Amino acid sequence: MENLVKLTIDGIPVEVPAGTTVLEAARKAGIKIPTLCYLKDINQIGACRMCIVDTGARAFGAACVLPVSNGMNVKTNTPKLRSARKTNLELLLSNHDKKCLSCARNQKCELQQMCIDLGVEDTDTYAGKMNEYDIDDLSPSIVRNNNKCILCRRCVAACINTQAVGVIGPVGRGFKTQIRSAWGQSLSEVACINCGQCIAACPTGALYEKDSTKEVWDLLADTTKHVVVQPAPAVRAALGEEFGMPIGSLVTGKLAAALRRLGFEKVFDTDWGADLTIMEEGTELLGRLKNGGTLPMITSCSPGWIKFCETYYPDFIDNLSSCKSPHEMEGAMIKSYWAEKEGIDPKDIRVVSVMPCTAKKFEAKRPELSHNGLQDVDAVITTRELAHMIKQAGIDFANLPDEDFDPVLGESTGAGVIFGATGGVMEAALRTVYEKVTGETLKNVDFEAVRGIEGVKEATVKVGDLDVKVAVAHGTANAAKLLDSIRSGEKTYHFIEIMGCPGGCVTGGGQPIVDAQTRMECDPKALRAAALYREDANKPQRKSHENPSIMALYKDYLGEPNSHKAHELLHTTYTKRPKYTK
Amino acid sequence: MPDNKEKYAKLQAAIEKHKGERGAVMPVLQEAMTIFGYVPQDVQEMIADGLGVTLSEVYGVSTFYSQFSLEPKGEHIIGVCLGTACYVKGSQKILDKLSEELKIEPGRTTADGLFSLNATRCLGACGLAPVMMIGEEVYGRLTPDQVPGILDKYRTAQ
Repeated sequence: MENLVKLTIDGIPVEVPAGTTVLEAARKAGIKIPTLCYLKDINQIGACRMCIVDTGARAFGAACVLPVSNGMNVKTNTPKLRSARKTNLELLLSNHDKKCLSCARNQKCELQQMCIDLGVEDTDTYAGKMNEYDIDDLSPSIVRNNNKCILCRRCVAACINTQAVGVIGPVGRGFKTQIRSAWGQSLSEVACINCGQCIAACPTGALYEKDSTKEVWDLLADTTKHVVVQPAPAVRAALGEEFGMPIGSLVTGKLAAALRRLGFEKVFDTDWGADLTIMEEGTELLGRLKNGGTLPMITSCSPGWIKFCETYYPDFIDNLSSCKSPHEMEGAMIKSYWAEKEGIDPKDIRVVSVMPCTAKKFEAKRPELSHNGLQDVDAVITTRELAHMIKQAGIDFANLPDEDFDPVLGESTGAGVIFGATGGVMEAALRTVYEKVTGETLKNVDFEAVRGIEGVKEATVKVGDLDVKVAVAHGTANAAKLLDSIRSGEKTYHFIEIMGCPGGCVTGGGQPIVDAQTRMECDPKALRAAALYREDANKPQRKSHENPSIMALYKDYLGEPNSHKAHELLHTTYTKRPKYTK
Repeated sequence: MPDNKEKYAKLQAAIEKHKGERGAVMPVLQEAMTIFGYVPQDVQEMIADGLGVTLSEVYGVSTFYSQFSLEPKGEHIIGVCLGTACYVKGSQKILDKLSEELKIEPGRTTADGLFSLNATRCLGACGLAPVMMIGEEVYGRLTPDQVPGILDKYRTAQ
């Protein structure tokens, strides 16, 4: 039996389980208490003092860390509270670079919104000395501008708690406190995995992706080049949010239309690359099972996870599938197979990837992801950057017609589209591996056991005579737990899917940012994943090996999965990386 | 260097002693200060790995408290009193003169490793204001023009 606590908030009686915070209890009563440093499940430290409430105690309490108690009488909206919150906010602003017009988070900034909500009229009430910090833009993925930082520590908590990376933290003391890496190192020098979860956590514009939109606009203006584009599965489940649509809106057709209107010569789809990945990865798994290869085999689609493994768990490098990630596979095929078919010199092709991910920017620059001196992918923009480009181009996104991707590298199955959600790569692989091994048709292609947002999922799947033991982890802190249990010998598996971001790509570091207040009401991980599963359910083909254009690719070009040619173009190697650099 | 090896062994023992304790970073950093005289990057990395915390956390603590130094301390530690009595009697001018002579800001160490310069709170010798200490030696009723001569004493003692 749950122990219930009765209290009153602004005169409204509320009954909640013991241990609930006043902030959560107020939410139940329909009262929004302003917050800045609070981020559900990630950061609850009562630091910013925006959520102060009056319980009649000597001092105001921070609602985000204040547990409810029986008979409590909470006031959230009194003249004294309003005045205190306003003073807090004005003090925060006194050391904040208020260049909102040129800020990446303009109109999507929690600090800005708070000023509007609380009626801050004069942003220079406490004008005085301000810190001036250099902007760290040396990382290929993430930019940190501490002039916009309000020291809420949401990024610090995301980095250490959800990702088990911890390469940023508070440095120094008092007015000179900064969030940054140790020893004055840039994010490009420390063992950052480029996942961008810090960006997703930031309430202001102190963290944002390294901008590549200028590079892409320049490519689109270059008439001597064939500029083609491929969006990742997860992009279609989130892009609509940037245009006012609700979380979980599916905008596949409008996405294709928008990319075409931006001027890309071909609008391909990384879902096709995902189907191809399943063919290669599934075959690799069967080979390892048959020939005594290194097990468990672990998926390699997520570049944040890959760098995490190379840096923090290098003893698992041999467990990584040698498959390139789907957009890299697709890039390699565009510059070989498609180029040959179209009679285009690969040197004249530029591949642009639209990704839910900031780590893909780092991945695209990895020297091993190239062929004949040409990188497989030339530029990566995030979902947010694409939204920005669509707005710059004056495209009325919401009213676009639904269009299709271009054949043949835009034709995909339902297995490809679920790659964007945690468990999706596993499920797609199981659909194909099961049918390849048994020669039977799956009665039900939905592997529910690997779906959902639980941090680590496990299942045993009967494939012919073999009980295949699988596990799925998302967020590198969960991945670390899983790997530790394998290291200690406590657990054994055949096949593991790991995605670097919690929720998988749908909530990747390059996706539209969901503010802390909205995250209290809904879980974008589940809503966006549901959109992808909807698309999967409505696809005529739902198994990668039934994709006609993939079958044609093997017949006409690659031979068979894991063939010599496939290895040359679609597989890669990994590098052990140091945790510390001088 | 056998000398250094011994220091790292001592640090390892300190890490083992505090491992698993809540808030172990603080006492281990303090022991490292006693062993090395400062807490450089490799020492902090060893503490982080040994205690199973991040380098960011160790570095954060080491930059929060003034008792930790990130660079080696000089052979002679100069402390200039900026307590009320000394300050009124012009100790800021003494500190400025030292900064100028040594070409370092307060809190730093000279390139030759001979001197570290610090501003301190009351040294308890207000009757002698303005006061500074070099090592255990107390210098009182100072004027800025005395500073070069005093420093020379330590320089020539080498």
